Amino acid sequence: MARLFQELVESVRIAFGQIRANGLRSVLTALGVIIGIVAVTLMGTAINGIDIGFNRSLAMLGEDVLYVQRWPWRRVEDWWSYVNRPALEVETAERLNRVIEATPGSLLEVAVPVATRGTSVRAGELRLAGVMLFGTTGDYARIVTTDVAEGRMFNAVEASVGRPVCVLGSAVAENLFPSGSALDQQVQIRGELYTVIGVLAKQGEFLGLFSFDNQIVAPLNTMRRQTGIRANLDLRVKVRDKTRLAAAEEELIGAMRRVRGQLPGERDNFSVNQQQAFKEQLDPVKAGIALAGLFITGLSLFVGAIGIMNITFVSVKERTKEIGTRKALGARRRTILLQFLIEAVSICLIGGLVGLGVTLAASLVLATLLPALPIAFSPGLMAVSVLVSILTGVVSGFAPAWGASRLDPVVALRYE
Amino acid sequence: MPPPIAMSAAAPARRPARAPGDLVIRIEGVTKLYRMGAETIHALRGVNLKIRRNEYLAVMGPSGSGKSTLMNMLGCLDTPSAGRYDFNGKDVARMVDDELAEIRNREIGFVFQTFNLLPRSDALHNVELPLVYAGVRPAARRERALGALRNVGLGDRIHHKPNEMSGGQRQRVAIARALVNHPSILLADEPTGNLDSRTGEEIMALFEDLYEQGHTIIVVTHEENIARHARRVVRLRDGLIESDGPVA
Repeated sequence: MARLFQELVESVRIAFGQIRANGLRSVLTALGVIIGIVAVTLMGTAINGIDIGFNRSLAMLGEDVLYVQRWPWRRVEDWWSYVNRPALEVETAERLNRVIEATPGSLLEVAVPVATRGTSVRAGELRLAGVMLFGTTGDYARIVTTDVAEGRMFNAVEASVGRPVCVLGSAVAENLFPSGSALDQQVQIRGELYTVIGVLAKQGEFLGLFSFDNQIVAPLNTMRRQTGIRANLDLRVKVRDKTRLAAAEEELIGAMRRVRGQLPGERDNFSVNQQQAFKEQLDPVKAGIALAGLFITGLSLFVGAIGIMNITFVSVKERTKEIGTRKALGARRRTILLQFLIEAVSICLIGGLVGLGVTLAASLVLATLLPALPIAFSPGLMAVSVLVSILTGVVSGFAPAWGASRLDPVVALRYE
Repeated sequence: MPPPIAMSAAAPARRPARAPGDLVIRIEGVTKLYRMGAETIHALRGVNLKIRRNEYLAVMGPSGSGKSTLMNMLGCLDTPSAGRYDFNGKDVARMVDDELAEIRNREIGFVFQTFNLLPRSDALHNVELPLVYAGVRPAARRERALGALRNVGLGDRIHHKPNEMSGGQRQRVAIARALVNHPSILLADEPTGNLDSRTGEEIMALFEDLYEQGHTIIVVTHEENIARHARRVVRLRDGLIESDGPVA
């Protein structure tokens, strides 16, 4: 044990002496590893960022909200069995809420009908198209994941009598009332005037597809009466305990079947969706992107590893006679193997640490220049890249070091 | 610090051979074959040799006589194709690599023609090297290496690198390195081959002194005037021992 330790110390000493003696060569070899580690860690940072952005988007859907809809959030092969499902109505929500209230210890809190449609909105001279209009009841305040930044949400009375009031998403408010508060102003939706009673806090984009800030929430009854449009309606059901989401989903399915009067054995004529379903849909895509990205950047690290292997072979060749001398003085195979392995690992580790520094600097610069980019440089990533650089050294240094350890001392001593 | 050892260039005064001690090396019927392409070369054809503690032996022979092969064998750098080789009663003929490394580390001190010092390490670290491989702790290592360097008259050169020293000094460092782990034998391969004759004589005087101190020395050489320093000469020819006897 003491011997192994002395040998290790000696090996580290040799390695650093060697790196110092062959300065330029060591720098060039390390450069390959530096580039490789920078590429891999930058990719890791990007993947991390995508993950964070993705989770942030999913959180907008609400972690404790189940969606009752006609269609599931996944691709369906047999679409014909879904198109004829009965539409969801406001009465469905009311009957569902009665079932929930009648269930002792229910995991569900409340079901809220939400009608969704795209519309344009006007305020004075300004007109905004492609806005999501949500028509809902007073219970919406209980399920919404966004805070109301200014003003308030409409209450149950306003909702049921159908008062012409609305709450604007932050982007809508900014665009229609750039110079002042939107509160108490009037907006025109499909020819009808609504009074703004609240503005939602900023949320951001959902998976980069559309903005959650580009929405207007109004009482469903107002929307119905004034525009007479049939909107696509679904139910959002708030769960009491988000750690028991699966059980809550079970209960919801049972409750919906009762509401619909479905017989045992009959297929559900509705779908219960949750953000988890999105995750399941998108996780393979995400994993694919990560895998492809890491593979491509891994190639550059591989090239760096080949450089290390090459230089270790050269180092062994150059010092064949020294290996012979060391063996004559009592160095064992293990000793020689360790010596060259540690030399390769040292270069890789130095390269890895420098590369990590470069990545850290680069991600800091990027984060300053593009604050919207979700960049995440995690300690885990640091640990992994240090580990990867050590591994690179071991893998690429092993073949030459093994060869050196097996050298016949007689042949090695005679080598000139 | 002991006074520098016999620096005189004059031929050393002959002192009588000391009484040899226990058997260190016993070689019986050792042969060595090399395969060179389709050809088989018989480097050693059946060599018998006994070396006792505190002998001073020269191995001589023209090139191709098997001299180098015998030296590699004696130094446990190589194992015989057939025959028996006992070192301090241990059968080394059947040992594997790492066991041989252990024997070399503890029992044999090598002195090479080309010194074979590590160019980037100072004298002290060069001498410490066998102790590193023996697992000696740094403090003790340094102490012993310092002692060995003083013993060869280089107590004031411990931090010099090989390229800052003369040939004679380098060979003294190598001798200190060979002796630092208290080996059973000192095995020198043409130790004066890369030195001028004056420096060569100094090194041989150092060997004489080490022999007087009780070391067992084997010098492999093709020079008669180097072999003359020994007390016993073994002459090889065509892979066989031609003669074995005291120096005339």
